[in-house]
Amino acid sequence: MRALHRKLLRELWQMRGQALAIAVVIAGGVATLVMSLSCLESLRLTRDAFYQEHRFSDVFASLKRAPESLREAVAEIPGVRHVETRIAAGANLDIPGYDDPATALLLSLPDGRNADLNRLYLRQGRLPEAGRDREIVVNEAFADAHGFAPGDRLAAVINGRRQELEIVGVALSPEHIYQIKPGDLFPDFERYAILWINRSQLAHAFDMDGAFNDLVLALSRETRAADILDRLDALLAPYGGLKAVDRSDQISHRYLSLELDQLAVMAQVFPTIFLGVAAFLLNVVFSRLISTQREQIAVLKAFGYANREVGLHYVQLVLLITFLGVALGMAGGVWFGQRMAELYRDFFRFPFLEYVLSTRVILIGCAVSTGAGLLGTIAAVRRAVRLPPAEAMRPEPPPTFRPTVLERFGLQALFSQPTRMILRNIERRPVKSLLSALGIAMACGILMVGRFQESAIDYMLAVQFGLSQRDDLTVTFTEPTSHRVVHDLQALEGVYLVEPFRSAAVELRHAHRTFRTALQGVGAGGDLHRILDADLNVLALPEEGVALTDYLAEMLGISPGDLLEVDVLEGRRQLVRVPVAGLIKEYMGVSAYMEMEALSRLLGEGQAASGALLAIDAGYREEILRKLKDSPRVAGITDRNTAIANFMDSMADTVLIFAFFSTILAGSIAFGVIYNNARIALAERSRELASLRVLGFSRGEIGYILLGEMALITVAALPIGFLIGRGLTAYLVKGMESDLYRIPLIIEPGVFAFSTVVVLVSSLISGLIVARRLGRLDLVEVLKTKE
Amino acid sequence: MNRHNAPDATVFKARGLTKVYRMGEVQVHALRGVDLDLYSGELVVLLGPSGSGKSTLLNILGGLDTPTDGQVFYGGLDLVRAREADLTRFRRRFVGFVFQFYNLIPSLTARENVAIVTEISDDPMTPEEALSLVNLQDRLDHFPSQLSGGEQQRVAIARAVAKRPAVLLCDEPTGALDSTTGIKVLEVLERINRELGTTTVVITHNAGIAAMADRVIHLSDGRIGQIIKNQTKAAPRELSW
Repeated sequence: MRALHRKLLRELWQMRGQALAIAVVIAGGVATLVMSLSCLESLRLTRDAFYQEHRFSDVFASLKRAPESLREAVAEIPGVRHVETRIAAGANLDIPGYDDPATALLLSLPDGRNADLNRLYLRQGRLPEAGRDREIVVNEAFADAHGFAPGDRLAAVINGRRQELEIVGVALSPEHIYQIKPGDLFPDFERYAILWINRSQLAHAFDMDGAFNDLVLALSRETRAADILDRLDALLAPYGGLKAVDRSDQISHRYLSLELDQLAVMAQVFPTIFLGVAAFLLNVVFSRLISTQREQIAVLKAFGYANREVGLHYVQLVLLITFLGVALGMAGGVWFGQRMAELYRDFFRFPFLEYVLSTRVILIGCAVSTGAGLLGTIAAVRRAVRLPPAEAMRPEPPPTFRPTVLERFGLQALFSQPTRMILRNIERRPVKSLLSALGIAMACGILMVGRFQESAIDYMLAVQFGLSQRDDLTVTFTEPTSHRVVHDLQALEGVYLVEPFRSAAVELRHAHRTFRTALQGVGAGGDLHRILDADLNVLALPEEGVALTDYLAEMLGISPGDLLEVDVLEGRRQLVRVPVAGLIKEYMGVSAYMEMEALSRLLGEGQAASGALLAIDAGYREEILRKLKDSPRVAGITDRNTAIANFMDSMADTVLIFAFFSTILAGSIAFGVIYNNARIALAERSRELASLRVLGFSRGEIGYILLGEMALITVAALPIGFLIGRGLTAYLVKGMESDLYRIPLIIEPGVFAFSTVVVLVSSLISGLIVARRLGRLDLVEVLKTKE
Repeated sequence: MNRHNAPDATVFKARGLTKVYRMGEVQVHALRGVDLDLYSGELVVLLGPSGSGKSTLLNILGGLDTPTDGQVFYGGLDLVRAREADLTRFRRRFVGFVFQFYNLIPSLTARENVAIVTEISDDPMTPEEALSLVNLQDRLDHFPSQLSGGEQQRVAIARAVAKRPAVLLCDEPTGALDSTTGIKVLEVLERINRELGTTTVVITHNAGIAAMADRVIHLSDGRIGQIIKNQTKAAPRELSW
């Protein structure tokens, strides 16, 4: 090994504390980058492979009932490669030993064989055999939730008739990677099943022989779905067709895409912050290192080392630290990435999830962190390269000091001599002081981002389920039903309050923008579903007009007073214009609301309810559920507490893991920045401080001069940190908002307090370490050596 | 260009050297028109008070610095017009430096401090040879912090001579040492000059050292005062400190 390399390694060892602190920050950046990118790539690859191998369809349409002969007409639309007709229907399940209400989506399979499109991936068992009634394949998540295996039985109420079914297979489908019951916010694997069954049996049950009510298409490669949709809609309209959608509006695909988008946001924001801070730390440490090694640089040059070789020497040191960080970060990123992929494997249903760490991700990780490392040190290294050797031999001229602004205003009497030293030192190097403050502020900001979600989600739940949706049970009917049902429900023992609601599938349009959602009719003065305005006050729905979730209004580009086109997708399918009466606040989903009677008038029907909201006595819950399950009119029951529990299950893991990691990482940033600053301040000023000790200053007084500066910068950094934290939070909230849910930008005081405490504790620990070293300062030794 | 020129050949030739530099907010006139010739194999002492421009002159001769005005030639090489890369090559091949504060690299042992120079030289001694030349063969693996000032300076000399330089430029080599140690260091310099024929320039403000030189050049206020040629050279141990 060459002597210059030995120098490198020994110096690295000597600065190991600082180097490790920087490496950890780099590792944080690389880890988040590798974690997000590898997870993103793995999910994309897995999804695309699954889609392709199992022929995920391009277009999806449902309708009321159409004769099989219509299939030919659809197949003739140019660009359609394959048409598959199916029957889809809902059913209530009766699961042995399970009292909660569960519903299922029944989907037909061609008798005795797998579908052509959206082919099932059989995990266990087999497909139903032709001519064998009552054989079903169930989706894996549901089977797992109940411990079902082929051979197990369950009962379903199909079109009012109870049927015993036998599970013959457990499967996954590219159509249901994300399995959610329409209208629900989060998956509930226990209470929602997808059952595949022979078509002839399902046709028989629903009187659909020779007919279908669901249609999926595969398009030729060069065809765009948008070109097909209108023609398809025109064909299906006479048969009660709901608007056909392409993949982008298919619910499973959409959720998956949103999740991937969020990962991509994560892959940008966090590594940028970490590597920015790492670059700053490297800058501070190397500026200092190179100024202490002025004479060594001069000697190397005097003996004939070229500028390039000297520069390379320091670059190698930067690279060693960076690579240490990259190695730690890669290991951490792969570990986190695998944990995250496991979370996704449970959350989304893939037949496989190959975790891949591609060369591309490794290269990006290396390139980005090396780039940040070099960018941070380029100025210092350049100084080393350019340093004229003769100049380096001469001692550095004393730095220029001036009275501070405060002193020039004649305020010097307010400050003791040590305080003046602190202020002058900060003012002499404003950029460095500012950067130090900025580094600490970044740490503070990331801490806030990590913490904010938990409290924001609590707030979101409190608003959604505490102020707005206050029912205990939501009952949906198989079809719109007269309000008399309300009385039947009211009559059940343990039911306090029943409020009917009407919900109609609509497509909303404004200018060229469209959005499909449910138009909800809510009874005036209702107490179980209250509509809230932007200030969270209860909003009385106007007698006419529609109220939109603010996010929906933004998506449609519409404001109160404008006319909204409403294309009703059920009943008589009319197209009407309704004025937007107001905007409302909702954090989950996007809906349009009308007063229920106004909606009935709009739909041109008498009083009809799609379902009802119930407030019940918890003691009667089981009994009420049992009775509702037996009622043929009831299509589904949503339990508010289950909804919250589901939400927490699906979010909490992710959010808490995220918060935990970001706290650790931000803590490491805070500590890295503060500790490095303190160590460098100590190194730079030990001579000056030792002189003061010799002149009679106490240990406490010199500690004050050194640590006072750190404390002042730290305190100044906190408000900047709050601003950065708020900005980052806003960016993240914006990046993650979708029509599914929007995390409110609510930062609880506890978040500020937490970040402040972590920053202060990091400062305190760094301060103590430095103070200990200050105590051991060997006066004679320090003063004897040549600075 | 030969590594060692014939005796009495001119090694350095300087004419009208001027150097002005800024130090903080002050302008320093370090050299004010210096004419000088140095000959192969001679031992020259540059004598003058601090601030007389000795170090600046030495740095210019060693290719560490360039004059504001004037000419310097090392043999045929124009040190004023030379590009940065040429100066680096010049220093690498021909010049050995010894500094007042030794300037050893603290993270390297004695052996490694020498090796860092021999590794980039064409025909060097081994670090062990160079260190035995200065009687430090027993302290090869000591770090600078484990060596006395005199020992550190001897390591610095070993480092300077290990590449068999044509010229050895020493800036106050005994400035930080007591007289006994200083004399040991000077003995080493004298031996190297004698045995290896290395042209040696020693800067000092200590007039006592002048007796060991072939020539003594007095410098004051950036100008050459007088040049004295010693008829007989004194051995270092005979010097009155």
